[in-house]
Amino acid sequence: MPSLVSHPDEVKILSRRFGQGAADIEKYLEMDGYKAVQAAIEKGPDWIIAEMKASGLRGRGGAGFPTGMKWSFVPKQSAKPKYVLVNGDESEPGTCKDHLIFLHDPHAVIEGTMIAGLAIGSKLGFIYLRGEYRYLLKIVEKAVADAYAKGFLGKNIFGTGVDFDIVTQTGAGAYEVGEESALMESLEGKRGVPRIKPPFPAVVGLYGGPTVINNAETIATAPHILLMGGEAYAKVGSERNGGTRLFGISGHVERPGVYELPMGYNLKRAIYEVGGGIRGGKKLKAVVPGGSSTPVLLPEEIDIGLDFDQLGKAGSMLGSGGIVVLDETVSIVEFALRTISFYQHESCGWCIPCREGTDWLKKSIGRIYAGGGMEKDIDNIRYLAENMMGRTFCPLGDAAAMPTLGFVKKFRQEFEDYVNGKARSETPLLQISGAH
Amino acid sequence: MAAEKTTIFSPETAARFDKLVTIYPVKRSALVPMLLYAQDDIGYISDAVVAEIAERIGITELDVRNVLSYYSMLRTKPVGKYHVQVCTNISCMLRDGYATLDQCKKKLGIGHKETTADGLFSLEEVECLGVCCWAPVVQVNYDFYDQLTPEKLDKVLDDYREGRGKETK
Ligand SMILES: Cc1cc2nc3c(=O)[nH]c(=O)nc-3n(C[C@H](O)[C@H](O)[C@H](O)COP(=O)(O)O)c2cc1C
Ligand code: SF4
Ligand code: FES
Repeated sequence: MPSLVSHPDEVKILSRRFGQGAADIEKYLEMDGYKAVQAAIEKGPDWIIAEMKASGLRGRGGAGFPTGMKWSFVPKQSAKPKYVLVNGDESEPGTCKDHLIFLHDPHAVIEGTMIAGLAIGSKLGFIYLRGEYRYLLKIVEKAVADAYAKGFLGKNIFGTGVDFDIVTQTGAGAYEVGEESALMESLEGKRGVPRIKPPFPAVVGLYGGPTVINNAETIATAPHILLMGGEAYAKVGSERNGGTRLFGISGHVERPGVYELPMGYNLKRAIYEVGGGIRGGKKLKAVVPGGSSTPVLLPEEIDIGLDFDQLGKAGSMLGSGGIVVLDETVSIVEFALRTISFYQHESCGWCIPCREGTDWLKKSIGRIYAGGGMEKDIDNIRYLAENMMGRTFCPLGDAAAMPTLGFVKKFRQEFEDYVNGKARSETPLLQISGAH
Repeated sequence: MAAEKTTIFSPETAARFDKLVTIYPVKRSALVPMLLYAQDDIGYISDAVVAEIAERIGITELDVRNVLSYYSMLRTKPVGKYHVQVCTNISCMLRDGYATLDQCKKKLGIGHKETTADGLFSLEEVECLGVCCWAPVVQVNYDFYDQLTPEKLDKVLDDYREGRGKETK
C-alpha cells in the first residue's frame, strides 16, 4: 500500500483524513463527514455555486478551469436528465494523487459528487476509476453501499425529500479515456474516442444530457470548501488559484510522495525542502512540473510559484500536479523517447496529426537515441511537434508535442551529442520501444 | 431471463451481469465493465464471451469486438495465472523501472507479453499505473507492490509461485 509522507509546510485540508481510517463511514462521520452536503441541501444551488466561485478552486484534472464557473454553465432547465461524472481515470505519468483519495477518503468523493449534483440539479452521479484501480474500486463501492445503507444516497436522502444515486464504473485500460468526452463515450459502452466540441458537456454530455465532469480531487475538495467557506479556502492559495493541491513529487528526490501544499508554493522549496532534495546529493538537471505532458523546466527556472498562472507564464503548465525530478545522470534523449513512446501508444488514432505525428516523433527520437540520427532530424522533430499543436480533435496531440518541443529546445546540445557520437545510449532502444 | 439460460460464466459473475445491465440509463453502459469482469472470470475474452455479452446487452458481436480492441487491459488470448505488469514510464524509469523489468524477465525466464511454460506467470511492460511516487512498482493481476527493492521483488514472485500471493478480484 502506498505510504504516506508528511512535511510541516503542508496545509492539510483535503488530506486531513488520510491515514485516519476514514474509509469507514463511522470514522468519516466523526470527522465532519456528510455535514457539507446537508448544508448544501438546506441552502440550495445558488449558495453552493457562490461558495465554489468564491473559493477560486480550479480543476485538478489538468486544465485548471474554475470549478464554480463550470457548474454555473449547466442550464437550470433541461428536458434531458443531468449528470455528474467523476474522472478517476488518473493515467497521466507522474500522477498518483487520486489514488490516495480513493484509498483514504472515498466518502469525500461521494459527498462531493452529491454536492455537484445538488448544484446543477442532477439526480445521478458516476464515479469512474481506471481499470487498474480494482482494489480502490472495491473501497469506493463499499463506501457507496454504506452511504446507501445510512440513507445518505437513494430516495429521500437525509429525509429531505431529495433523491440522489451514485453508480461506480471501471475502465479497462486507456489513457485517452481520461479526456472528458472520451470518458463519456466509454461510459456509454463505446471506444474511447473523443467528441467534437462544441457542444460542451455542460450542455450536451453523457447520454446527451447536461453533464458536469470533474477530476476526483476537484470533487473531493467541494465538501471542504462548503465547510470552511469559499473565501477562507481561497485565502490559503495564491491569486486566482484558491486553496491547496495534492502535489506528487516523484523521481530523483530523497522523499518522494504526495504532499498537500498551498497553491503558489515555491517549486524549488517543494523539491529541496518538502521532497528532501536530490537523491544522493546529486545535481538537479530538469523538472517536469505537472505530469508528463507539461514542458520541462531547467534548474534556473524553478524558483517559481506552483499555480496555473505562474507556470503558464514560464512556458509550462501546472497540469495534474505531478512533479517529476530528474538528476544529472538522466539522458534527456532517453527521457524524451520514453515520454513520446507513451503518447504514441495512447493516441486513439482518430486524427492524422496526432496519430502520424506521435509515430514520427517516436521514430525520429528513437533513431537519434540509437545513434543513427542526423542533425536535420532534430529540426524535423521541432517542425513536426510545432505543426501538431492545436491541429487535433482533443488535447492529446498537444500533450505529446509540448513536452517534446521543450526537450529539443532546452536540451538541443544533448540531441546533437547523440547525433555526433559524443553520447551513446546505455539501454538498447528495443527495451523502450519493445513494449509498444 | 438470463438466469435460466445457460451461461459460460460462474454463478457470481452471471448474477453480477444480470444486475449490471439494469443500473444504467442505457444497457450498453455495462459493456466495458462486463468485458473486464468476464476476463477476470474466464481468463480472457473468448469467442463465447463475446457472444454471450453481445446477447446480454442486445448489440452485435462486431460492436463488442470493436470496443474490446480499444482497451489495453482486455485480451483475446490467455495469460499466466499471475500476470506481472511492470511500469517503465517516467517516474518509474527514474527509479529502476527497467532494472525491475529485467529482474522479472530473468527470474521468470520470459519476455514482454510471454507466459511461462507452466502457465503460472506472464509478463508485460506497461504504462503509468498511478503509483509514481512509490516507484518502482509492479502490479500482479490487481495487486500493487511498490517501493520495490530486488529482494522485495524476489519475495513477491516467490510468494506467488508458492501460492502465498495476494489475490484481489
Ligand atoms: C488525453 C487526456 C487525458 C486526460 N486524463 C485525465 C485524467 O486521467 N483524469 C482527469 O481528471 N482529467 C483528465 N483529463 C482532463 C479531462 O479532460 C477534464 O478536463 C477534467 O476531468 C475536468 O475536470 P477538472 O475541471 O476538475 O479538472 C485528460 C485530458 C486529456 C486530453
Ligand atoms: S488528438 Fe490523438 S487522441 Fe485526441 S482525438 Fe486525435 S488521434 Fe485521438
Ligand atoms: S510512472 Fe510508473 S506508476 Fe506512474
